Amino acid sequence: MSTVKPNYSRPLDIKNGRVDMSHGSGGRAMAQLITELFAAAFNNEYLAQGNDGALLPAAAGRLVMATDSHVVSPLFFAGGDIGCLSVHGTINDVAVMGAKPLYLSAGFILEEGFPLADLKRIVESMAQASREAGVPVVTGDTKVVEQGKGDGVFITTTGVGVVRDGINLSGDLAQPGDKILLSGTIGDHGMAILSQREGLTFSAPIVSDTAALHGLIATMLDSGVKLRVLRDPTRGGLATTLNEIAKQSGVGMMLQESAIRVNQPVEAACEFLGLDPLYVANEGKLIAICAPEDADRLLEVMRAHPLASEASIIGEVLGDAHGFVQMTTKLGGRRVVDWLAGEQLPRIC
Amino acid sequence: MKYVDEFRDGELAKNISANIANEADPKRNYRLMEFCGGHTHAISRYGIADLLPPNVRMIHGPGCPVCVLPIGRVDQAIHLAREHGVILCTYADTVRVPASDNLSLMRAKANGADVRMIYSTQDALKIARENPGREVVFLAIGFETTTPPTAVAIKQAEATGLKNFSILCDHVLTPAAMHAILAVEGGVALDGFVGPAHVSTVIGSKPYEPFADDYGKPVVIAGFEPLDVMQAILMLVRQINDGRAAVENEFTRAVTREGNLKAQELVAEVFELRDMFEWRGLGSVPNSALKLRPKYAAFDAELKFKVDYVEVPDNKACECAAILRGQKRPLECKFLGSVCTPENPVGSCMVSSEGACAAHYSYGRFRETAQ
Repeated sequence: MSTVKPNYSRPLDIKNGRVDMSHGSGGRAMAQLITELFAAAFNNEYLAQGNDGALLPAAAGRLVMATDSHVVSPLFFAGGDIGCLSVHGTINDVAVMGAKPLYLSAGFILEEGFPLADLKRIVESMAQASREAGVPVVTGDTKVVEQGKGDGVFITTTGVGVVRDGINLSGDLAQPGDKILLSGTIGDHGMAILSQREGLTFSAPIVSDTAALHGLIATMLDSGVKLRVLRDPTRGGLATTLNEIAKQSGVGMMLQESAIRVNQPVEAACEFLGLDPLYVANEGKLIAICAPEDADRLLEVMRAHPLASEASIIGEVLGDAHGFVQMTTKLGGRRVVDWLAGEQLPRIC
Repeated sequence: MKYVDEFRDGELAKNISANIANEADPKRNYRLMEFCGGHTHAISRYGIADLLPPNVRMIHGPGCPVCVLPIGRVDQAIHLAREHGVILCTYADTVRVPASDNLSLMRAKANGADVRMIYSTQDALKIARENPGREVVFLAIGFETTTPPTAVAIKQAEATGLKNFSILCDHVLTPAAMHAILAVEGGVALDGFVGPAHVSTVIGSKPYEPFADDYGKPVVIAGFEPLDVMQAILMLVRQINDGRAAVENEFTRAVTREGNLKAQELVAEVFELRDMFEWRGLGSVPNSALKLRPKYAAFDAELKFKVDYVEVPDNKACECAAILRGQKRPLECKFLGSVCTPENPVGSCMVSSEGACAAHYSYGRFRETAQ
């Protein structure tokens, strides 16, 4: 009798294996990668349907959909990795619309030669972030590009959520007199990444703030305060996000530099490199703009949540046809807090 | 943050501000030039102009390394990267300086040139060691602060026999630029200088003495923190009120009269004066820049690749030249904020956050609408 097992295939060599072109070709190798790595990690009833798309129950209310591509280098950094970052980032984009995030999709672009062990770490980190957030990855896609045509792994996630009646948040709703709140310190994510890049090693650990904010946002929405705008200041930092809101709402803003908190290692690294923390990325912070009479109550609600224990009121919205975001400096002078121009580059001397 | 917050204290700033207001004679004007871009940045970033009386006015000087880099020098670097296929390394802000043909090093990079932004000369040496089959050129720019690290890199390259490394030397000298500003016919309407911070840690305070002795202009060397700048302004107001012109040192925690002798020796060993160097804004200034000594000619990219320097005139309507000389303010340029913005700089003063135009545009724009 033959000893051949008709349905046997050797498991993926996660320890030493690498992504090759066959993992994106649509054949047996790709199916194996999906089954043994992705489906095993993300394991949920919608993904288990095994179809080209996920069949989902219709949600009542208005839908929110947001998408975010992640191309971070290094892939693993203090406080997280591209996997959990890609889950948090999209959940936050859905949540700041006032929505409860329900489902995620994930698209992977893998570079030929990428170690399967690293891929497994990333996928498991995504799965853990998704489980902790209670937002399953219900569908996905994988493509492989030739060596040199990618940077290890790129991940695009899309999120869907639902907004309940009575909640209306939008970047164009800020009104003169409104208060601006910030959930905590700024610059942690961007400096964690930068400090880990080649050639820039600081002895003090800077840890990314990457986190899913939908729980915090739910408590803010449930508190009944008149919230007008929520936004997470990611790329371009606090300064750029506030300028976006000012432009959308056709208003100006006046910030108090002394109310904006920066962790000391972040501040030191920024000083060292000549960067301004106002323009450095965050991945677990939010800006809230609310009616002035509700600001103290909102601050209390935010501070009661572990992700916003260092929240503060950082300024107020002004009527200003020019849409300037200004700041009273710690020194007592005034300055414009402008859009980020190009890329933030260190100064020379 | 310790050793930083102390120099940004709002209460102390109020005190110094009150002293300046009390002591400044309302019947006269105090036109003070901060030479360094680092001071320009601090003045704009912390809103120091709001803490000065209207008759004490700061004029932004040419001490911003990328601002004084003429088009022709950036063209040389782009030429090396594109035509000779070198890996061109340089400090951050330099990649955005406008060059000929609507290019910059950043745009040349997007078009396929191998341009790399580095943080230190050691990064450039590392790139050269890791790419033995490629030529690596470091576009060396900056005042006396950045010159010693370039000298160290040259010595290291020589000691380790690194043959694929060379530099385009565009290092310039602060005192020569100050002479060029003061020696202008008719003079510049200036009453004193806030002297350089980091540059002075290297060259000391002595080289500024001729500006006080021969030109009668007070100089107060100041650190880059906002309280340093304010204290220096107060010291200048006092000198002017007393009719004195001396070199005073507010930045005693880092600057001595003699400076860093070891760094000076190293620079003298590796570099010598160029007879003439073109500055953006100041034109050709004799003895104002450095080149490698013949002993180190093998590391001179201009010789190695036989690239000649071609002067390229600035856009005629751009006021960078007059602004760098302190003759005009950024607001007097009709390009400011329309054709010329930080995203699309026409002149180099809009490139670096240390540049007078970029500092005004990014931090002080609200003042125009208030006036």
